[in-house]
Amino acid sequence: MQKKELFVQEEILGSNKKIAAEIRQKLEQAGVFVVNFLSSPGSGKTTLLERIAEVFKDRKMAVIEGDIETERDAERIRRKGVPAWQITTGGACHLEAKMVGKLLPQIPETTEFLFIENVGNLVCPASYDLGESLRCVLLSAPEGDDKPKKYPKAFATADCLIITKSDLIPFLPFDLERAGNEALDINPRLRIFVTSALQRRGLAELVRYFIESRVNMIQRLSHA
Amino acid sequence: MHELSIVASLFEILEEKAKEHKAKEISLVRLKVGRLSGVVPEFLQGAFDLYKKDTVAAAAFLEVEEVPLKIKCKKCGVATEAADFVFICSACGSKDLEILEGTELLLEKIEVEV
Repeated sequence: MQKKELFVQEEILGSNKKIAAEIRQKLEQAGVFVVNFLSSPGSGKTTLLERIAEVFKDRKMAVIEGDIETERDAERIRRKGVPAWQITTGGACHLEAKMVGKLLPQIPETTEFLFIENVGNLVCPASYDLGESLRCVLLSAPEGDDKPKKYPKAFATADCLIITKSDLIPFLPFDLERAGNEALDINPRLRIFVTSALQRRGLAELVRYFIESRVNMIQRLSHA
Repeated sequence: MHELSIVASLFEILEEKAKEHKAKEISLVRLKVGRLSGVVPEFLQGAFDLYKKDTVAAAAFLEVEEVPLKIKCKKCGVATEAADFVFICSACGSKDLEILEGTELLLEKIEVEV
């Protein structure tokens, strides 16, 4: 036998990246703006999506729910009259682009916004591009204002930070400014929104941001 | 704990490379793992040892080079290490920076027996 050295220089997640790029191109061309929601479990991703569905009303949205087990979240979204698909990973801590890719044929052509709720986890999902146009990281007030630097990848790769459960801030040692500044240290271009699903606060601004971002996407594509 | 998924993707590439070069076995796998790759090198090592059994890399040794997070200021051009994940230029305070390295998750090289 003979020893041979091979300089491969290949990205380990290159195949996920390639599939994600194909999904993004396909959906963006079809006018579908894809938003990937990342957060810890219980930070309010599904509840926020329910509220967004209420604010959106006639806007055509669809939702992909990622969980380890159960159809529960997709059922909650369907009750709002929004088409939703559940991906149960059966143990995996994150969604991958190929899982989203399999669902593409089912997404209605008229869809304007496709929200992907990732598996609740602030670590692993950050490494996987799902073909999204926009990545949002959610941080609920009860989790604490010190999270951004503990989970730098999630905050560094996001386009926007959504603080949720802000109605609880008066009862918690949560410093909104500190949370925001810490996140901005990691990612100075991060847009920050403060919301309360319970009190229905901050939703109009957030939805306006999604709508504007989609308009920007369509303009960018028409110039290209 | 997605290191096992990452190792599964790594082995897809390893099997493909072994086939392409008609390798009988892979003896060394060298990775570059950035500080901001979202991956824990120790977990990667454990997952690799678990996964390699009965593969073409069953006897392979895994080497992981950890890459610090390096940023460069677009205004003053100074390059520094962002050890604490602060994306602010330590020289001029600008927030307009580019990442030079530290996000990679790369299969750099392998050694094979042919």
